Amino acid sequence: MKQMINLLVLPLLIPLVTAALLIFLPKSIRVQRAVSVVSAIGTLAASIVLLLTVKDNGIQTVNVGSWDAPFGITLVSDTLSALLVTTSSLITLSVILYSFRSIGEARERFYYYPIVQFLLVGVNGAFTTGDIFNLFVFFEVMLMASYVLIVIGGTKIQLRESIKYILVNVISSALFVIAVAMLYSVVGSLNMADISQRIAQIGSLPILTVIAVLFLIVFGLKGAIFPLYFWLPGSYYAPPVPVLALFGSLLTKVGVYSILRSYSLFFYHDQAFTHELLGILAIITIIVGCIGAIAYWDVKKIIIYNIIIAVGVLTFGISVATEESYMGTVFYTIHDMIVKAALFLLIGVMIKITGTNDLRKMGGLMKKYPLLGWTFLVAAFALAGIPPLSGFVGKLLIVRGGLAEGAYVGSLIVLLSSLVVLYSVIKIFMNGFWKAPKDYPGEENQPVLSLWAPGALLVLASILYGVGAEVMYPIISQATDALVHPAIYIDAVLKE
Amino acid sequence: MKTNDVILQTTSKVVFFIIILFAIHLFFAGHYHPGGGFVGGLMTSGALVLLLLAFDIKTVAKGFPIDYKILIGIGLLFAIGTAAGALVFNVPFFTHVFGDVYLPIFGETSLHTAMLFDLGVYLVVIGVTMTIIQTIGESE
Repeated sequence: MKQMINLLVLPLLIPLVTAALLIFLPKSIRVQRAVSVVSAIGTLAASIVLLLTVKDNGIQTVNVGSWDAPFGITLVSDTLSALLVTTSSLITLSVILYSFRSIGEARERFYYYPIVQFLLVGVNGAFTTGDIFNLFVFFEVMLMASYVLIVIGGTKIQLRESIKYILVNVISSALFVIAVAMLYSVVGSLNMADISQRIAQIGSLPILTVIAVLFLIVFGLKGAIFPLYFWLPGSYYAPPVPVLALFGSLLTKVGVYSILRSYSLFFYHDQAFTHELLGILAIITIIVGCIGAIAYWDVKKIIIYNIIIAVGVLTFGISVATEESYMGTVFYTIHDMIVKAALFLLIGVMIKITGTNDLRKMGGLMKKYPLLGWTFLVAAFALAGIPPLSGFVGKLLIVRGGLAEGAYVGSLIVLLSSLVVLYSVIKIFMNGFWKAPKDYPGEENQPVLSLWAPGALLVLASILYGVGAEVMYPIISQATDALVHPAIYIDAVLKE
Repeated sequence: MKTNDVILQTTSKVVFFIIILFAIHLFFAGHYHPGGGFVGGLMTSGALVLLLLAFDIKTVAKGFPIDYKILIGIGLLFAIGTAAGALVFNVPFFTHVFGDVYLPIFGETSLHTAMLFDLGVYLVVIGVTMTIIQTIGESE
């Protein structure tokens, strides 16, 4: 059989077609669920095939509409984006499975599943595109879907927080357009490979540093780095748990990915300023996240602040900008996406059982739900980065990269932040699962096992990812190559 | 006293068809002149909005028994289908084809699959606009 040249379109196309089809049958929930699951499995399968193809045959590109790069839109799937697409497809599958028993019929009847598919289109598209304006469009697809998901259900807190969320994101989208306009006026191209090439030709103009910082502000607002994270704790607190799991694991990572892509592909000429700035912001982001993670007794809030810590760690890895730290960043991004989604789903089960978010009102869950307890403990250890589990390798590489470049303060803070992360999640474990068992009204009616299974699936993926680091290593190192040597990416796109 | 909208309603009925014709003209002109699916769709919904102003929601819904949310789905499928047709022929996604075809009445006509994509845009725009207006109009 001839090789299929459109393979990398499939992880975008499958959810898009599904979303369009699901619009026709909003009221038949069973059909919605069945189609969603089948399509999510299909997307995951397509992205795995894509990952294997990229691994064996190198970077895959498709010039949309047969217009050659840099004149048309090019979709580019290098190992990094194929990895991220696979991870997000896996997470979406688990979240859809979790939603069956938790999101409630009222939301399911109101286009919940099509919107989740649209979110996946946006996320996968943002990871796959090779055109800066197309990246903006996929950001908007993702954000529009997230606006609906944050407000669907229409409770008071959701309405209040969605206004903030939309306001912040509309402003950051406007800034994105302005930044793209400035970049276009300087280099005259929108194709990312072509932009990189032209920037390399004109060298380090001061205006490019300004644009780099503008892009940092834009992507920092999406990815929640200090001081642009202020909207996140409130907004993420509002929606129900499965939506929160999608947001927490996918949305901020798209911002981090965009920083990683733009800072490794375009703006690597004036590192003394841009990467230094990124490094300082990353360190403060970690500290702010740590303070939040310690301060709260609310399970959702604790994990939400852990998102901010992780964003800080990742951006620190990007700011060091060596092969080792990039590799650590890639390792850690995928680990963090999986394990954050798992943690959100697991605390969602705890909230369902106990009927409260407040850790002080929980206790003694271990007696009745040992499976849930041990799964949570494994996820907690993975998050903190305890050796055979998945958080370890990434953080180790980031810290080693930082130390090798003389960024001692940052590396030390990354290490200390692990302690805080461990403390904050073990606080959930000790207060929620230990202590004297309590009776919670209505806990018998909760479908604990079917809610636990999707979370456990992700924990299993995280364990395999950590234990199989040896297998993942060549793939990740291939992903890092294209980051360290932009020429690989440029040659693949422009075919010179 | 009951107000009588007979002049408004009669002129609306006539003007409605003129607007619709203009909208269709804009839609087909898109390839060579200013126009296209987006503005054509907006203009079509403009015509429907004129009817909504002259009559009420129920009457218009009776005249056009369309679920506009379904229209969005159909439009999306048209657009995606046009783009995904390329997959069947194993050419890059979104590759269009065109050709000059002899049609009985129109004679030598150039047809382009971009028109089908535009039709998708047209339907989605009508669907979205009318859904927004109807939803806001119906909510108390």
